[in-house]
Amino acid sequence: MSLHSTATESRGADRRGDAIFKGVAYGCGILILIVLAAVTLFLLFRAWPLIGGDGKANAATVESFTGGLAHNFWQYVGPLVFGTVLVAALALGIAFFIAVGIALFISHYAPRRLAAVLNYIVDLLAAIPSVIYGLWGGLVLVPAIHPFWDWVARYFGWIPIFSGPAANPSRTVATVAVVLAVMILPIITSMSRDIFVQTPRLQEEAALALGATKWEMIKLAVLPFGRSGIVSASMLGLGRALGETMAVLMILSPGLRYSFKLLQASQSQTIAANIAAQYPEANNLGVSTLIGTGLVLFLITFLVNFLARKITRKIGA
Amino acid sequence: MRKNTLIRSIAAVCGITMLAGFAACGDNTAATNGSDAGATQKGAAKISGEFQGAGASSQQTAVEAWIASYTQQNPDAKISYNPTGSGAGVTTFLTGATAWAGSDASLSADEVKQSASVCASGNAFDVPVYISPIAIVFNLKGVSGKDKHVNMDGSTIAKIFDGKITKWNDPAIAEQNPKATLPDTPITVVHRSDKSGTTKNFLSYVKDVAGSDWNYEVGENWPNQIGQGGKGTDGVINTVSQADGTIGYADASKAGELGTVAVKVGEDYVPYSAEAAAKVVDASPVDADATGENRVVIALNHKIDSGNAYPVVLVSYDVACPAYKDAKTGEFVKSWLNYVVSKEGQQTAADASGSAPMSDSLRQKVVKSIEAIKTK
Amino acid sequence: MASSSDSPMDGAPVIDFDRFVPTRSAIAARKRKDLLMRVLVAAAFVIALVPLVSVLWTTIASGVRRLNLNFLSYNMSGVIGGRPTPSGGYGGILHAVIGTLEITLGAVAISVPIGIMCAVYLVEYAHGGPLSRIIAILVDVMSGIPSIVAGLFAFSMFSIVFGPGTINGISGSVALSLLMLPTVVKSSEEMLKIVPDDLREASLALGVTKQRTITKIVLRTSLPGIVSGVILAIARVIGETAPLLMTAGYIATTNFNLFSGQMTTLPVYVYQEYSKLSVTCPASAGADCITSIPMQRSWAAALTLIILVLILNLVGRLVARVFAVKTER
Repeated sequence: MSLHSTATESRGADRRGDAIFKGVAYGCGILILIVLAAVTLFLLFRAWPLIGGDGKANAATVESFTGGLAHNFWQYVGPLVFGTVLVAALALGIAFFIAVGIALFISHYAPRRLAAVLNYIVDLLAAIPSVIYGLWGGLVLVPAIHPFWDWVARYFGWIPIFSGPAANPSRTVATVAVVLAVMILPIITSMSRDIFVQTPRLQEEAALALGATKWEMIKLAVLPFGRSGIVSASMLGLGRALGETMAVLMILSPGLRYSFKLLQASQSQTIAANIAAQYPEANNLGVSTLIGTGLVLFLITFLVNFLARKITRKIGA
Repeated sequence: MRKNTLIRSIAAVCGITMLAGFAACGDNTAATNGSDAGATQKGAAKISGEFQGAGASSQQTAVEAWIASYTQQNPDAKISYNPTGSGAGVTTFLTGATAWAGSDASLSADEVKQSASVCASGNAFDVPVYISPIAIVFNLKGVSGKDKHVNMDGSTIAKIFDGKITKWNDPAIAEQNPKATLPDTPITVVHRSDKSGTTKNFLSYVKDVAGSDWNYEVGENWPNQIGQGGKGTDGVINTVSQADGTIGYADASKAGELGTVAVKVGEDYVPYSAEAAAKVVDASPVDADATGENRVVIALNHKIDSGNAYPVVLVSYDVACPAYKDAKTGEFVKSWLNYVVSKEGQQTAADASGSAPMSDSLRQKVVKSIEAIKTK
Repeated sequence: MASSSDSPMDGAPVIDFDRFVPTRSAIAARKRKDLLMRVLVAAAFVIALVPLVSVLWTTIASGVRRLNLNFLSYNMSGVIGGRPTPSGGYGGILHAVIGTLEITLGAVAISVPIGIMCAVYLVEYAHGGPLSRIIAILVDVMSGIPSIVAGLFAFSMFSIVFGPGTINGISGSVALSLLMLPTVVKSSEEMLKIVPDDLREASLALGVTKQRTITKIVLRTSLPGIVSGVILAIARVIGETAPLLMTAGYIATTNFNLFSGQMTTLPVYVYQEYSKLSVTCPASAGADCITSIPMQRSWAAALTLIILVLILNLVGRLVARVFAVKTER
């Protein structure tokens, strides 16, 4: 064994190590594709009896879930999709302006030291488990918010979505939307804040130097710069709201209607909460049906995230 | 250097976690005397091993109490019960993954047939283990409270839950409660939003006693769109207690501070109680449709008219095989079920969950079925 | 040339500069608007604070009563109704804490190597090729997978591959790792990107192989950032309930074995105890029997969970700050 041969040997080993490492890295990248494909395929496989199975048995399963209100899978999943989108969109509607407001407060209004503390608090709140929001929503918020909804129904009842009487207790879409808004608030806030902070200092100062007020400066420099970030943050929040399970499960009184009556109970249900609610008592075919609805939810969130990505790209470019 | 400290600190944290994890198992067993006492009491061979059951969440509190006392007598047995729900429980049992299943509904003929593939021989059977009154709970300012009752007959209950009676001072209610001052509050009906044996039992009571006022089929899901839905017993109880004027149905042990309905039986109004529930089960025949060997399924007689029986009752079953592929499992299931239906076991459940202990006559039938489990 | 003496302003439009002098009312309006927005932004902050403070306050106030050493060091075996156990407490969460830690560690073991290698691929090997662009998009999309779908996936996969009715800790880990993976990939990607190219080039110029450059230089340099990203990802999945309800099960005793038998986790424990609502106290049980004990346990476990998440967050931040990469920017 001469010194020379060890060197070449080790170089050979190095090269092999290099190749293996590269292979592993490529493999892990491709694994992401495989995982997503696997998720779709396993769910499809388990939901297959819905498509390839006995139609009559499927109808019976759906009827047993709905107490005879829906007779096939599409009649069943339709109102659920409606409910899911309605609740998530409302939550986003409530959270959006508040979240952007807080993000601006932290990035441009609050004193630096306070901002650092607030930063940390917001990040912490983003990590509070949803089951705790569920506990809080079901036990604290539902009784506390009823007078407010009652007031809304009394004075704004002429707007169809607020038509009364407000359900008591308020286990309604409106209350759930508020809880989901609270849950996605920190997510949107922290992402928009990160963008706002990166606004080029020169642009801000140029605006101020031209005599702009603080708000005008924000409108001229900060918001345009952060637009794509805000959009992708809200899409992420929307995605989270679409898939939220425990909080909805523990608060909402479900129903299967296409209804905009936000203050009345038993109007809508979301897909995720429906799966968690019906899964325990479902038989084999029932589980297939629920997994079918899960697949629909997966497609919806896939689409939302994909669109968010597209939008971000377009504005960012 | 910095990296090294980082790695070291991570390693240290991991190490501490592991140590803490393995330091103790945390079992709440009474040091030594508990197991000794158990051994002398029973005298029989102790059961050891790990056994799993799954099923009805209605039994959960009772099963947890059973497991706690059973493992005091058999400290080497490790038993777990996953309250996944009746449907999932039976499905899991039929795959052979669990030793027994708890179910609010008796087995269907189909399920009995399927069980042949998991049982070493014969088909699975079900026996009642948990009998609990279903309370019709309500929350009405000035009227409801712990152990306070409002009188209602079957037809009134049916009309309320169908949204036909909408005010608490409706003449139909007022007539039956001459002494109570009923307010003008609107009624909010609260029902289960998930599939549930409680719903099925409640509905079959309503259908039996007030068929003309109840035009829906009896099933495990709530059939109409009246009022609000709550997930699980907790959902119903929480919803009822959060607002004025609500009425719902739930396992009686969870009624707590809420008022309950005294149901008309014959000429009397009977409030729920464990004893009154047991009476109805005693007076009910065995279901003729459940023909499998060893099966004990009760067809509840809701129309009972002798006094002091409370007809709104949930009977929950345990499902087991007459022979297991693993003899040890068979031995365990036999000893477990024997304990569960024993006087002691039924009393443990009654103490923990307010259920109704089964009568001796019913126990005889059930024990006969359990004794049929082959252990060799 | 000759005409250059003309004023450059010739022919230029005459501007009436007075037009641009702001009127007093316009200035006032702008100032009012500025003030209004200031108030609105502050108001948004206050509005958001109300529910968030309420959540924290409720959990702390209701949880602190039952949160003690006994609660942390025992499991739920031997608990009969609302009666105290032989150890003097009312049951505890040791088994749930162990279950949570093991299942989360399992998820970390699955998702972190894959996630980091995927980030290495994206930053070091793929140079903006179509495959890498697709993968980058899919990672983004993956971060939106609802947790219940992840649970359904793990449940279906294990019931198809290992036979129906398979419930164990590792299937919970699989579900959680699916949720962690995109977060790990993204944060690692960011961290790898900020490693200066000078370092890579210097190393390669010295004849060090690419694999060694990446493992010894790039990953070393970005390690603290990656670690803190992983910890934040853990903090995000440790509170997941829905997927674990269907994959990991629920038992009263401590189970150390991730690969066999059911495991209780903290969030599931919170939910199951909440579902129990209350227990019955017979007359024979005495004054020590507490009817509302399940609710109290639920809140105490919720508080423990929040504290756990809080600690993880703090550790993540600390790691990021103390060991931060010094870049020249």
